[in-house]
Amino acid sequence: MMSAPEITLAIVFQITQLLLVVLAAPLLMGWVNQCQAWLQNRSGAGVLQPYRVLHKLFHKDAVMAHNASWLFGITPYIVFGCMWLAAAIIPIIAVDLPFSQAADVIALVGVFALARIFIALAAMDIGTSFGTLGARREMLVSFLAEPALLMVLFTASMISHSTQLPRIVEALAHHQFVIYPSLAFAGLAFIIVLLAENARIPVDNPSTHLELTMIHEAMILEYSARHLALIEWASSLKLFAYLSIGIALFMPHGIAEVGNWDGLPLALLWLLLKLMLAGAALAILESVMAKMRIFRAPEFLGAAFLLAVLGLLIHFLLGV
Amino acid sequence: MNVTASSLFQLDVLILAWVALGGAGLILRRSTVAITHLLFPLSALLSLLMAWVAFQSLTNTPEVLVLPLGLPDLPLHQRLDSLSAFFMLLLGVASVGVTLFSSGYFRSMAANVLSLLMLEYHLFLAGMALVLLADDAYMFMVAWEVMALSSYFLVTTEHEKPDIRKAGFLYLLIAHVGAIAILLSFGVMQGGHGIGAYTFDAMRAAELTPYWASVAFLLALFGFGAKAGVLPMHMWLPEAHPAAPSPVSALMSGVMLKTAIYGILRVSFDLLHTQQWWWGVVALTLGLLTAVFGVMFAAVQADMKRLLAYSSIENIGILLVGIGLALIFHVYGKDALAALALTATLYHSLNHACFKSLLFIGTGSILHATGERNMGRMGGLIHHMPWVSVLLLIGALAIAGIPPFNGFVSEWLLLQAFLLSPGLPNSYINMLVPVAAAGIALAAALAAYVMVKFYGVIFLGQPREKILHHAHDAGWPERAGMVWLAGLCIVLGVAPVFVVSQIDHVTQLLVSTSLGNAASDWMFLAPIDTDRASYSPLYFLLAVLGVMGLTVLLVRRLYHGRVRRGAAWDCGFPAQTARMQDTAEGFGQPIRRIFEPFFKMQTHLPTPFDTHPKYEAHTEDRLWYLLYLPVQQLTEKLSGWVSVLQHGRIHLYLTYTFATLVVLLLFV
Amino acid sequence: MPNAMPYSLQIINLLAALLLLVVFAMLAQRRILSLINLFAWQGALLALSTAIVAWSTAQHHLYYSAALTLVLKVMVLPWLLHRLIRRLNVRWDVETLINIPTTMLVGIALVIFSFNLAAPISQLAEGITRGLIGIALACVLLSLLIMLTRRKAVTQVVAFLSLENSLFFAATSATQGMPLVVEFGIALDVLVATFIFGIFFFQIRETFDSLDITHMEKLKE
Repeated sequence: MMSAPEITLAIVFQITQLLLVVLAAPLLMGWVNQCQAWLQNRSGAGVLQPYRVLHKLFHKDAVMAHNASWLFGITPYIVFGCMWLAAAIIPIIAVDLPFSQAADVIALVGVFALARIFIALAAMDIGTSFGTLGARREMLVSFLAEPALLMVLFTASMISHSTQLPRIVEALAHHQFVIYPSLAFAGLAFIIVLLAENARIPVDNPSTHLELTMIHEAMILEYSARHLALIEWASSLKLFAYLSIGIALFMPHGIAEVGNWDGLPLALLWLLLKLMLAGAALAILESVMAKMRIFRAPEFLGAAFLLAVLGLLIHFLLGV
Repeated sequence: MNVTASSLFQLDVLILAWVALGGAGLILRRSTVAITHLLFPLSALLSLLMAWVAFQSLTNTPEVLVLPLGLPDLPLHQRLDSLSAFFMLLLGVASVGVTLFSSGYFRSMAANVLSLLMLEYHLFLAGMALVLLADDAYMFMVAWEVMALSSYFLVTTEHEKPDIRKAGFLYLLIAHVGAIAILLSFGVMQGGHGIGAYTFDAMRAAELTPYWASVAFLLALFGFGAKAGVLPMHMWLPEAHPAAPSPVSALMSGVMLKTAIYGILRVSFDLLHTQQWWWGVVALTLGLLTAVFGVMFAAVQADMKRLLAYSSIENIGILLVGIGLALIFHVYGKDALAALALTATLYHSLNHACFKSLLFIGTGSILHATGERNMGRMGGLIHHMPWVSVLLLIGALAIAGIPPFNGFVSEWLLLQAFLLSPGLPNSYINMLVPVAAAGIALAAALAAYVMVKFYGVIFLGQPREKILHHAHDAGWPERAGMVWLAGLCIVLGVAPVFVVSQIDHVTQLLVSTSLGNAASDWMFLAPIDTDRASYSPLYFLLAVLGVMGLTVLLVRRLYHGRVRRGAAWDCGFPAQTARMQDTAEGFGQPIRRIFEPFFKMQTHLPTPFDTHPKYEAHTEDRLWYLLYLPVQQLTEKLSGWVSVLQHGRIHLYLTYTFATLVVLLLFV
Repeated sequence: MPNAMPYSLQIINLLAALLLLVVFAMLAQRRILSLINLFAWQGALLALSTAIVAWSTAQHHLYYSAALTLVLKVMVLPWLLHRLIRRLNVRWDVETLINIPTTMLVGIALVIFSFNLAAPISQLAEGITRGLIGIALACVLLSLLIMLTRRKAVTQVVAFLSLENSLFFAATSATQGMPLVVEFGIALDVLVATFIFGIFFFQIRETFDSLDITHMEKLKE
């Protein structure tokens, strides 16, 4: 068991991360958008644009459809809460977060599922054609993406003999440098899942309102003002969470030990660098790909699922 | 020990009281009010008592009782060990909710029909209870048949409809094919020691060669699988469940299918000793196919009860996967892992009994309110049925395996069992395990799809028909039944440590190891080792609620705008009608398209010039054409040949008898 | 424990996994151009792994074969194939006989199968991780699967070349190389085969007006 000061420190770490993610998530979104703008030879709106958007939305009057039910009203809060929680339990600056004990990787996938189901239900609540279309497509994408993500996490769990994120990161980061071929497969599958789950380009296009392409935007069409702000914020938290998972699994080096105050600034610096890199990579990836037809998406995600399974198999076969 | 003080005796008295209530229903056949207001609540009370007694006896040493009933020299044996007690508990808690619901649900039924239903309903309950308590093959089969026949009559309650008669017949047929296999399995297990050896004790003592043990296992798997709806014997489920009244579907799906799971567990872990590793592989593969198949078909259904029936097939598949995994671990001597897999299986059985019963009785309320089973004609019921909509949301989230509800806990345990599995000496099994874990993950994700469809199409959106504006919420007894089951879904979800500690008694009996809890804190569920995995639903729930509360608070403080109500935006499209929403078929269309080879589809596309265009798509099960119809044709052909013997002339028949006699004498 | 493994072996393991990944990518690929690019990547991985084997076992003739692989399979053959499809004007999507997810499922089954098949052989061999032969065998079978499921002759040739690559990988990493003479012979064979295939394609197209090999059914009497 940990001693009392250790626990206090761990809780401080946890609260630090909780605040850090919620404040930094829009910045990450802004960074990705800005990188994209540079790649497309535009000047871009600046990395602070998401904050301005949120500020604007929080100061508007909200409109809800006449037949919106309570489900529609509470969904933004549930989605925001889930995403915040998810982003807060992934060890990115320090290994031992006290709350990570309560929810392991399977529960993490469960948190994402909880948010997704509520947002899909809320999309169906008003009963517009776009809403149900979005909900259907979202579930279509997720029923392949979710098991793929689970398999990716399982590969890491198999390597580290634990489903707890801190243990996984510890095993991957603090031991002697070992190359895991299975993680190569898992990494590729994870990139596909990341693109699909965050409404990114080959699967969804976050910047259009075109019937042929919309998935995520179709679901949140009816939201306005503070509700929309919460959902947008939740989307950026989700992106943050996914990139954090990617960092935790595939480049965990430089993370701080628990109770290591001195390591914290360095760990933060590392994190900033890694997030900037990951965001830029995401922007490049999106810029070089074309949006695919919606019925190619299951094939794309099916490939991710099978790759993740293959990664798990490789782990069994090669023993590493 | 005093016989009357034993739990087994108390349970017998309660079962007898059930039957007596059924009889009372027959006597009070003129008064619907008496049956629904008095007898059903009493029956629910009996269920509650039964659940309590069963819960108390989970920890007891096995009790046996020899009833002075039955054929001469063939008394009925009963036994209550923790496995039976666990399933009795399941029967008790599920039937409390369903019976409470029934007391409201059947109020509009004609008294003469109801009185008969009352008797059948309680015989059904008693039959299931006696199956769980039986300790010899004779009693087991009698109780099994009581259960099968009473449920057949319950399914055909509305026997004036030909469809329902057909569904009932199919159910009866498959149930009996299964029953024969179970009987044969018992015959093999008793090892040819004469009629006295049909007690389970004798079977436990019998020394079977691996060959005969495997035969017994396969027969039992087939027989119980037919009752549970394991592929390819699942055909009756989607027919019988929609045909039966909703509370009956709830009991059949929630509890009766579990008696088959109980049977498989009893035979493979208790009665047989020399398990083979490939039994587990067979069960695992079969379970995986069943799970994926079931959920795939659930996604394309339009009838809400058929959808739930297919979802039951999926869940039975998951249970079978758990059993298969436990068998594999047990054979290879990894009993701690076997205990984990068994715990997951038993936990999931209990969970499924709660949420599936809840969902089925919920569909009963919807059926009452709208008179409609096709989800494509519903919509917007959340405004008219607030109680039902909230309670069914809990059920839907639970069955979709979403934390912090109960479905998640059992799936978590099962996945943990998979993750802890490497290191088995057989390399093929080693590789089967990750593939199977992937299959389970896929089935769980598809289950979420199915539940979004189920809940979204029924309760959300605009009402697709005018009649839905007059839909009314469920009455108080119905609500009480649903609240009980929904409450269990939450309690089982947030208190897994307690539930697992109770299940430990059962695993101790079956594989002589219990899971225990590695965490020192009662809030954390941590099988095997805290460093490997832990989950604390209570902290989880608190954290979600805390974060949400904080958000609400902050938004309230920071936000200064008003909330207005207006017309839906929908990208500015003004001519929005209710018909533009996805129907059930529409929502399932992607699944239909992706898994196209598995379905037998007939689609009818209208021409562009059609002024009243109508798109139709029918999805059918290929197995019906590939397996069932050929068997039926073969049977008809065979019986055609046999009918050659039939002439109607008495002399010819006498000649047959004479010839048979002579032939037999020759052989003797 | 993996920690005890030398880095060279770890890298070879990783390259083997990547090789399998490339073959799977080829299996899932719909475009001929991407298929050829993947083939070039496969060659590059092969060259790298050969070089690492050469370095770790200090067998100098393997450096030559690595260089040969690099020149032939990363540069010459892809260039030839690119030229070929430009000439033949066949840039269309690959038509598969079975849909891609199903093919990949079959592929996973093949991987499991080949690993179990290779397990006893790898125990006989010394000094190698036991997975390598399994991966090589899986790559061979998967290449065969690509040949089975594709309609176009060009794709089949790429699959054939990838099959040869897999065999080569088995030879270098598992048995630590063949005599240089044999390798030269094989390399020459492959080059000549590609030329001959190229000539064949023109002939096939002249005869059938298409490169779709299903047309060859007409040749049956």
